[in-house]
Amino acid sequence: MSFLELKGVTKSFGSNVVLRDINLSIARGEVAAIVGYSGAGKTTLINLIAGLTRPDTGTVSMNGKIITEPGPDRGLVFQNYSLLPWLTVRENIELAIQAVFPAWTADQRAASVEKHIRMVGLGHAAHRRPVELSGGMRQRVSLARTLAIDPEVLLLDEPLGALDALTRATLQDEISRITQESGKTVLLITNDPDEAIYLADRIIPLSAGPGATLGPDFPVTLARPRDRRAMNHDPDFKRLRNQIVNWLLGPGGRVVQSVSKRLILPDLLPEDLDEPRTLFGTSRQPRRRSEQKREVVEIR
Amino acid sequence: MRSKKLIDLLVLPLFGIGLSLLIWHLISGATVSRVLPDGTTEEIKTGLVKDLPGPLMTWEKTRKYVVEPFAKREDLDQGILRFTWYSLVIVAKGYLIALLLGTPIGFLLGLSPLFTKLFDPIIQILRPVSPLAWMPLGVVLFAGTGKAANELGALFTIAICAMWPTVLNTAVGVRAIPQDYLNVARVLKLSRTQTLFKILVPATLPYMFTGYRLSLGIAWLVIVAVEMLTGRIGIGNFLWNEYNNGLYTSIILSILTIGVVGFLLDRAMSLLERRFKTA
Repeated sequence: MSFLELKGVTKSFGSNVVLRDINLSIARGEVAAIVGYSGAGKTTLINLIAGLTRPDTGTVSMNGKIITEPGPDRGLVFQNYSLLPWLTVRENIELAIQAVFPAWTADQRAASVEKHIRMVGLGHAAHRRPVELSGGMRQRVSLARTLAIDPEVLLLDEPLGALDALTRATLQDEISRITQESGKTVLLITNDPDEAIYLADRIIPLSAGPGATLGPDFPVTLARPRDRRAMNHDPDFKRLRNQIVNWLLGPGGRVVQSVSKRLILPDLLPEDLDEPRTLFGTSRQPRRRSEQKREVVEIR
Repeated sequence: MRSKKLIDLLVLPLFGIGLSLLIWHLISGATVSRVLPDGTTEEIKTGLVKDLPGPLMTWEKTRKYVVEPFAKREDLDQGILRFTWYSLVIVAKGYLIALLLGTPIGFLLGLSPLFTKLFDPIIQILRPVSPLAWMPLGVVLFAGTGKAANELGALFTIAICAMWPTVLNTAVGVRAIPQDYLNVARVLKLSRTQTLFKILVPATLPYMFTGYRLSLGIAWLVIVAVEMLTGRIGIGNFLWNEYNNGLYTSIILSILTIGVVGFLLDRAMSLLERRFKTA
């Protein structure tokens, strides 16, 4: 039985259909990745699972229970980190722990905070505020905060989207390590097929919007732990990458819509360069055909 | 680099003040006594602005208020800082009431669209009303309290006039809280109280303090008017009495004192405001 399930989900904002006919099921312990265009509705999809928005039709359920509101059983790592700027790294994580495990003693809380700060390698920056951290470090804090509330599923919403390539690679390694160690169910949303292949067990492409929908599954069979450099030369990797990219660029990935519009073409004639310049510039202008009075054509 | 900063922060402003004093001196008038040939004396006013006392004369005539700033000779004859202190005390009380009322109203406005629709028009109508208009109402409202009526009326006026910047800035701050922070609260399932004190209040603090600073400025503006009307002893009252006595030098001293104190209050609040700036 699937652990996380979306059935016939559609979502529109006003008259703008963002997602249509989304069917997805993720097994417990699986790392699934959704790859799609920017602006296709990936964040909307993850917000639906997180419970931050409700679907128009269809159901989103976890453990057989329909999701109606956000909760700490689904740990959402926000695209823009969403750290509270007035709290230090430690306090940000502590707030989450305090909220989710109110029964814990101060010692238990402190131990958990330290454990998760160390897990993302930020021991030296625990007392700093988010403004004093680089983007990569902020995302680590955000990840630590989410892991600290021990969610059943980890929802990663383009977690590395705003980072430079090198930081991205390091953090991908870390996410890979942490998700493998914790054995948690993970849903990763990304626009980078390489990242998806590197991290996931299964990749589901999301077509371009409006009215984006999920494509066929692409299972990733590469053995773990995956080596980024070796992977680049792996024929399986190349084939998979091509398949995904081709699907996204092909007819399935793109929604072809025909629009018929009445066009009114400008009724202009080229300007007459022979017309003399005046003191105040030039009187010549593109003229409208309807304004033409008379034209004399001399034939010799 | 450091000396440039010194010039910018100290030398240039001091030079500007000196220049202003010089202009003041040049345009101010003086009264000169002249003995006429027939033995009588005649007083002649000279200068560009004949009735404006110059800086030297102002200093000479108001020295006693400045060199003994905390002296208390009579009720209406006290050191300038003693008068200022009386005013500051009542401003502080009124200002505190303004903050205690204004902050929750601001939160309600920011959080509840219904509350905004209900009360925003009223607020916009009451906001531009001058302290001079509120004052009599304040005194009437508290007339039943007898001797304290003036005091309570003054507090009422200061509070109601100084409240609006706090109300509006807090409301703006609450509305400006990024959805992300609220999403964090929703995902963590914070209770309403927790959301208020862990997310909403800290996220709004910078805006609140901007409001607090502006409110303090207004409270200080209002005090002069309030003291003139109620006859409560303080710097504004001193100014008014000296005007009635025709001592224009004291008026100038009062104006300068009010200005300097207002400036210092604003600086202090702005330091506090910077302390609460996040991100």
